Amino acid sequence: MAAPDAPAAARPQPRPAGPRGRPPRKKGTSAAMLLIAPSIVFMTLLFGWPMVSGILQAFGGPEGLTTANFTRMTQDPYFWSSVGNTLLLIVVMIPIQFVLALAMALLIRAKPKGSSAYFYIWAIPLAVSDLAAGLVWLTVFTDRGYLNSLLASFGLEPVSWLAYDNYASMFMAVLIAEVWRATSLVFVIVVAGLQSIPKDYEEAAGVFGAGFWDRLWHVTLPLLRPSLQTALILRTILAFQTFAVALALTGQNFPLVVGETYRWYTGLQDANVASALALVVMTVSMITAIGYLKLLKDQSEAPR
Amino acid sequence: MSHTKTTETTTQAARQQPEVDRRPLARQRRNRMLLQAACIVITLFMALPIYLIALSATSSRAALQEFPLSFIPDNFSLETMETFLQSTGILGGLINSVQVGIFTLLLSLIIGVPAGYAVARFAFPGRDPYQLFLLFTRALPIVVLSVPLAQLFLQTGLYDSVIAVVLLHTALALPTTILITSSVFLGVPRDVEEAARIFGCSPVQAFLKVVMPMAIPGIAAASIFTFVMSWNEVLGASILTLNQRTLPAQVLTSLAESPLAYRFAGGFLLVVPALVFIFFMRRYLTNMWGSTIR
Repeated sequence: MAAPDAPAAARPQPRPAGPRGRPPRKKGTSAAMLLIAPSIVFMTLLFGWPMVSGILQAFGGPEGLTTANFTRMTQDPYFWSSVGNTLLLIVVMIPIQFVLALAMALLIRAKPKGSSAYFYIWAIPLAVSDLAAGLVWLTVFTDRGYLNSLLASFGLEPVSWLAYDNYASMFMAVLIAEVWRATSLVFVIVVAGLQSIPKDYEEAAGVFGAGFWDRLWHVTLPLLRPSLQTALILRTILAFQTFAVALALTGQNFPLVVGETYRWYTGLQDANVASALALVVMTVSMITAIGYLKLLKDQSEAPR
Repeated sequence: MSHTKTTETTTQAARQQPEVDRRPLARQRRNRMLLQAACIVITLFMALPIYLIALSATSSRAALQEFPLSFIPDNFSLETMETFLQSTGILGGLINSVQVGIFTLLLSLIIGVPAGYAVARFAFPGRDPYQLFLLFTRALPIVVLSVPLAQLFLQTGLYDSVIAVVLLHTALALPTTILITSSVFLGVPRDVEEAARIFGCSPVQAFLKVVMPMAIPGIAAASIFTFVMSWNEVLGASILTLNQRTLPAQVLTSLAESPLAYRFAGGFLLVVPALVFIFFMRRYLTNMWGSTIR
């Protein structure tokens, strides 16, 4: 997949190495500070300020600080089912996406005829939002949609895939739509990771008689570990934010945590409970992000 | 008789003579076919839904009422799309979306390119914490920012405006822009910049005349990425606006009370840019992810 006109960023360019083997950097603290200052001011205003006021809002009430918002949040009948749905979706979806993305990346690496066309088509969902993905799959799963049309043409009875009393098929619909949309991200990261692995290792293993699965398990996957870790954490954090796909497919029948935040804010007009929910999402994401940074650190220290 | 028979057997033998083991070749051919088959199955999974939403959006309302639905485009009509575009808030939402996308792109470049350059070129104290800070902000969920920002924007009078959404989207895109542009600048050799300085350029001139032209392709890819992010972002945009909806926000907020045809047309309009963006970005995708994740 290496493109001839790839951006300069990607091409490892030989450059005169400094004393430590890294390119020498200019010393110019004041100039550098001047260049990064706008970004720091902007991020502080748009991340720091809202975060502080969001935490205050979550604990805020008519008479000072309170945990009443969290009580209201957990007493809402949709809350625990939204937590359960979100976790179930992540636990089932992520392994499927990784196996599929790995298979797709290995297929592309085998360079079948038309591999660049395949790459393009498989990468398209990368730029599709979860709302659009939900609407796309709504054409398939809705009562008078394409899946039931297909069943009807085989003489089978149509099924209400998205009905609220049909939890399993509703979950399947959301799952398929999310696998369709978000596998591309993992796929692209894994393709990038595979490109950085020299083919020699695998060929050497092949010469010594290792079969396909042996080579995959003992050579390729360990070398891919950094990419897989990054993709895993990124994908998990993003998966916590999924909501519009379920909203588009099922309405309120398959609540997800971020969707609940949206409902508390826009539907129920309660910014305090919405903030409390947002805080829950943030805490879980932060824990994952800290894991992310830890893993990155471990990996840079480990010999490659 | 016997004579002809012997020649027959000899020719047969001659035909079989060079005893070649064709099994590896056959195995290779079989593997190639399996490879193609697997690729085609995945391509169907990825492309069929897009075909189906395009088909629904270009079918007439009457055709969408039929059951079973036709899988081939025999009822091409722009009626559904036209009705959708004429619905309240859609055209305005489309204009807002494009405006938000372009302003987000510009603002994140104006703030992000200098910062990316500083990270790539200067050794300054606090460089590592700064990069950690950027990674950290990328992990913050949109929802955490949106709800408090809505309150703050209400107090400052920015609520329900294009600027409000632009500010949120820039905050979301900025860390990625900085990380991508810094890796782009790392790829521009320092020597050319120094050569420009020797020939009498000021630092700013050297940057504008020598470094920028070499960095443009990578920065363009980063810009498209920013635009896509902004075009797709729906939660923050619907929380921060009421009348100045972006297209996805407008579609999301009218989901419950809209007919199926409206939703299909909306979904199709949201997907079309993805086809175009990925087409232009396909060569840069692996490079961008390969470089930004580090």
